[in-house]
Amino acid sequence: MITLDGLSKVFPAPGGGDPVVALDGIDLHLEPGRVHGIVGRSGAGKSTLIRCLTGLEKPSTGRVEVDGTDVAALDGAALRAARRNIGMVFQHANLLDSRTAAQNIAHPLEIAGVPRAQRQQRVAELVELVGLTGREDNYPAQLSGGQIQRVGIARGLAAEPKVLLCDEPTSALDGSTTRQILGLIADLRERLGITVVIITHEMGVVREVCDTVTLLQDGTITQSGDLLDVAADPHGPLSAELIPLPPAPTGIEALVVNCDYGNSERFRTTDDLIRLAETYEAEATLVAGTIETIGGCQVGRVQLALRNRSGQPISREGLTAFLTELEAAGVVATEVTA
Amino acid sequence: MIGTLQEWLSNPLLVRWEGGPWEATLVTLYMTVVTMALTVVLGLPLGVALYETDDSASPLVRKLNQVTGFVVNVLRSFPFFILIIALIPITSAITGRSTGPNAAMIALTIAAVPFAARLFELNLREIPAGKIEAVRMMGASRWQVIRQVLIPEALPGLIGSITTTTIAVIGYTAMAGSVNAGGLGQLAYNRGYTGYQTEMIVVTVVLLIAIVILVQLIGDRLSRAVDHRARTA
Repeated sequence: MITLDGLSKVFPAPGGGDPVVALDGIDLHLEPGRVHGIVGRSGAGKSTLIRCLTGLEKPSTGRVEVDGTDVAALDGAALRAARRNIGMVFQHANLLDSRTAAQNIAHPLEIAGVPRAQRQQRVAELVELVGLTGREDNYPAQLSGGQIQRVGIARGLAAEPKVLLCDEPTSALDGSTTRQILGLIADLRERLGITVVIITHEMGVVREVCDTVTLLQDGTITQSGDLLDVAADPHGPLSAELIPLPPAPTGIEALVVNCDYGNSERFRTTDDLIRLAETYEAEATLVAGTIETIGGCQVGRVQLALRNRSGQPISREGLTAFLTELEAAGVVATEVTA
Repeated sequence: MIGTLQEWLSNPLLVRWEGGPWEATLVTLYMTVVTMALTVVLGLPLGVALYETDDSASPLVRKLNQVTGFVVNVLRSFPFFILIIALIPITSAITGRSTGPNAAMIALTIAAVPFAARLFELNLREIPAGKIEAVRMMGASRWQVIRQVLIPEALPGLIGSITTTTIAVIGYTAMAGSVNAGGLGQLAYNRGYTGYQTEMIVVTVVLLIAIVILVQLIGDRLSRAVDHRARTA
């Protein structure tokens, strides 16, 4: 649905110094009908990427293909027509204060020249779809943050775009509203089969709704793939951010090991690890960890304290053998040195 | 010395229609209303143009913006009293005479348009860039953005600017008395100041205050009626 081919964007420096490379040779293919997450810190190039996708910014080199059209090559009326293929949802919704919820939702249709009767019918459908029934005649100032974002999403969907591009859609919302909005996005993908691209810095958003995730760092892609593969790859840069290890309690009279599992055939749960420790005459206790189930598969980053039957730390030899067996089965296991 | 209200109301000087304060009020209002109509018709496009061309990609358009901005600043820096005298050749060429309300209205409009245009430009600048960009991303043309975003979103502020300009114009009409424009200003000057009729000065001042208060009141009401933004306490 979206293909970026060698996309680069270089801005001339304001003071005449070195030019700023915002995007540096991005190659990315996003499949239709899925929810794609693009993550990165501020300054990584996320905003520039969005602006290139909607043709607000012309790439320095490379192609930006959305639904078969090269957006970068378009101008004037053709570009405006192509923009209607992409629905946009913003962090602060960017609704017009002078329009009611219904009038905001109808706005893309108005711009596209859809007749009034058809507009009204479509708006009624959308209001119901995003769960805003009874609120359509309220102005944005009379709505809550979550309701405002629902209007934003309905507006993004109004012109029946192929792609819904969400720029930090939940970053301004509280926890429970965030879950509602993400639930709505997942539901829309399910019902409409629309391709969703979510740009975010929140790993929770990625864990919750994304099928794939792409990490943008200093204008280049450092990791990209299906969420499960990325989360379960302990060597990748994203895994630790998606499944962070909480701080472990200190002063434990035991040997402590870190274990990252997720793509191991043999070790599917933390219990499997604990059971293995028993064969080395050790009692393993879970002291810290994060466990996520992604696509029916458990991915974990845990810390285990190992003691022998008499409550003493286990022997060096036993530890080495335990770690070797884990590594052989695809679990990244390391001893924590105090 | 001040006298009773009864005495004021029966003073033949004040109740007489012809050449009296009521006729002068009507002349002042006539000049103000026509000037403001012209000012909105000319000043709003000018304000939008100043706003739209400010950071244009084309160097030619930017140059045009600078030139227009310069002319606006020059006109705004003229004291109105000097401007109205400097414009006498132009007003007499257009209206055929250099005195009277119609001649004054040309000078009034030339003074008010740049004043209003700058205020309108400021009103437009207050619209968050994200809202404009959001509508551009829907595929809106420049004209659609002006009509569907800039004007309606800035409307409460634009009405406030029109109110402010109207009040400035009412002040200017008084100065226009110097070219015999008529109205309350001239009445106060001719009859009150040079003719030693102190009551006339008091009455014109009271009438001007009443008009200004009324204009401000109506402006505030209208502005609030079209303002759907959240009110912060």
